[in-house]
Amino acid sequence: MKPEPNNHLQALSQAIVQGLVDEAGPLAEKALAAGLPPLQVIEQACVPAIEEVGRLWEAGDYFLPELIAGAEAMKAAMTVLQEALKSSGQSLKSAGRVVIGTVEGDIHDIGKNLVASMLRASGFEVIDLGADVKVERFVETAEREKADIIALSALLTTTMLNQKRVVELLVSLGLKDKFKVMVGGAPVTEKFAREIGADGYGESAVQAVSVARNLLAGRGGNHD
Amino acid sequence: MTEEVFRPQVRFLSQQAVEQIIEESFELLEKVGLFIENEEALKLLEDAGQKMDRAKNRVFIERGLVEKCLKTCPPEIRLYDLKGSREYLVGRDEVHFDPGSAAIKILDSITLKEREAGTSDLVTLYKLVETLENLDFQSTALVSADVPKEMADIYRLYLGLLFSRKPFVTGIFRVESLKPMLDLLLAVRGGEKTLAERPLAIFDACPSPPLKWSRLTAQSLIDCSRLGVPSELIPMGLTGATSPVTLAGTLVQQLAESFGGLVICQLTRPGAPVIFGGSPAGFDMRKGTTPMGAPETMMIDCAFAQVAKHLNLPTHAYMGLSDSKLVDAQAGLETAMGATLAALAGINVVSGAGMLNFESTQSLEKLVIDNDICGQALRLVRGIALRERPLALHLFSELGQDFNFLVLAHTRKWYRQEHYFSSVLDRDVYDTWTALGRLDIFQRAGKEISRRLSLYQRPELCLEKSGEIRKIMKSYAASCGLEKLPEVPGLKE
Repeated sequence: MKPEPNNHLQALSQAIVQGLVDEAGPLAEKALAAGLPPLQVIEQACVPAIEEVGRLWEAGDYFLPELIAGAEAMKAAMTVLQEALKSSGQSLKSAGRVVIGTVEGDIHDIGKNLVASMLRASGFEVIDLGADVKVERFVETAEREKADIIALSALLTTTMLNQKRVVELLVSLGLKDKFKVMVGGAPVTEKFAREIGADGYGESAVQAVSVARNLLAGRGGNHD
Repeated sequence: MTEEVFRPQVRFLSQQAVEQIIEESFELLEKVGLFIENEEALKLLEDAGQKMDRAKNRVFIERGLVEKCLKTCPPEIRLYDLKGSREYLVGRDEVHFDPGSAAIKILDSITLKEREAGTSDLVTLYKLVETLENLDFQSTALVSADVPKEMADIYRLYLGLLFSRKPFVTGIFRVESLKPMLDLLLAVRGGEKTLAERPLAIFDACPSPPLKWSRLTAQSLIDCSRLGVPSELIPMGLTGATSPVTLAGTLVQQLAESFGGLVICQLTRPGAPVIFGGSPAGFDMRKGTTPMGAPETMMIDCAFAQVAKHLNLPTHAYMGLSDSKLVDAQAGLETAMGATLAALAGINVVSGAGMLNFESTQSLEKLVIDNDICGQALRLVRGIALRERPLALHLFSELGQDFNFLVLAHTRKWYRQEHYFSSVLDRDVYDTWTALGRLDIFQRAGKEISRRLSLYQRPELCLEKSGEIRKIMKSYAASCGLEKLPEVPGLKE
């Protein structure tokens, strides 16, 4: 008995919402095998699913482990679906390209990893530079990779000043308008973000996605 | 006749659980190993015949070596005050409280907002702690923002030694600071031999979870051990984030990391003093924060101390602190629960007093209140003493018909030992409390700070040694690009 296409979409969507990392990939393959076009699977299963994960987080039902598992399951499904798109000569329009890292002097990367996962799950291309990243490296990488956004994480009040230094470097190189800068991390506030001249601030990994989307709304990426 | 006292105790693990945790830690060290980013430590371990993957700085530590090191590690340490006369036993079930250390902010008494601390804040804090009778030790509790970051660690200890009689819990932020900080201690004690015999300070060293000792922290272990300065090992696993999510699983990792530190110390110098401590936290899966006032955090701390006691080692924990941003009901609740449990668990060094906001903000008012919390916790573990035999029978024949206990010599003899007298808790009747201005505990603490500071007297030895330690500080400050040290209140150039 052949299952209905809708069942495939629903199963995949559920797997992502429930964070079943090992099942999401095979379910995406099954959906393709049933003849569903990859774009339809992405639009009707994956995107609503990750939005539901974000909604459950915002509602306080999901905690960090569920959030990260949802993002990982999304990634597993998207890997399969993007491969299928590519072989059919199509490509998914990137939501934007983000260079992300924890700033110099700070080795805390839990928060940064979460943001990277959520951005990836939401269709952004993410270049993760890791932790303890020098100011110059953010800018060099953003230039080389033609990024749209530079995302800076800091956990310590002592290191959050390095977020400011990245903005200052961009200004001094005349590159401030070329990239949007978003900042986050435990000690960082919206006020601080404004003061240092950052373009966006997200309080949580889920918020970071909408902040990134808003920053790029109405402008084409650097690399369409 | 000796008094019989039953010491109340709290335990979180069965004997079988303790043994299981130790067993798994041994296996973890043998099979997964530790990452040690310090050449000198790697060399020590290599010379001790341990297998390693040099390219990855990964060492597989044999059970036999850990067991050998456990044998040479002293079960008790004695710390001494500035003069070297008063002795503090760190071991058995002795409990010593000290302020939570290395806060980067202070809660401003007036604005009730946190702000950066400066030299005068540190001096006030040290003076106040000198007067807090339930805090046996000082800690380098605040970081001063008016000196370059490169000297922030040593500058705290320098100011502390200018004003304190109590022993210190301290630590380094940079490898370069270790030598001058030890030089300060040597200057106070007058030489290596005296410093080793009468340690004045404990150095905290934090492995990086999971399973890593950095260049900085491993060097602290080595250099302190060489001089006989006690090292306090502070693993800080976060359940489900940087260590296993189960409390028992985190204990296994914490013990393996501690064993690594112990081995480095004992290989440097057999008999080097080591304290098994920690600052783990039950990671908050909603906020992504590290609550120090969470029950799970306290359970890991108490259970780890139980394991360390089983291994016959001195213990430490970061307990008796709060994640609240103000000195409010949450601050009292979390601090009291932590301090009480720590005392009941018989933890030797309990760091936390004064601390708010995930170990990042110190408050003078909270220090004064916590002094009472610690006093009450200490009272609990002094237990119910059977002072005399019979316990009470004889009193009733003395009293006759009046039953006026207030007049008895027995009352005068024992009441001070039987009761703890608080300095800021409110026990007034309502009308008196109203007449005194309806003050809450924060306001009363503010008044108490002024009263205590007015009683503070600078130890003479601080005056005698100030020239010498100032010289060490000045020369290090110059190497950090600071030509003139900030002015220290009450200190003549």
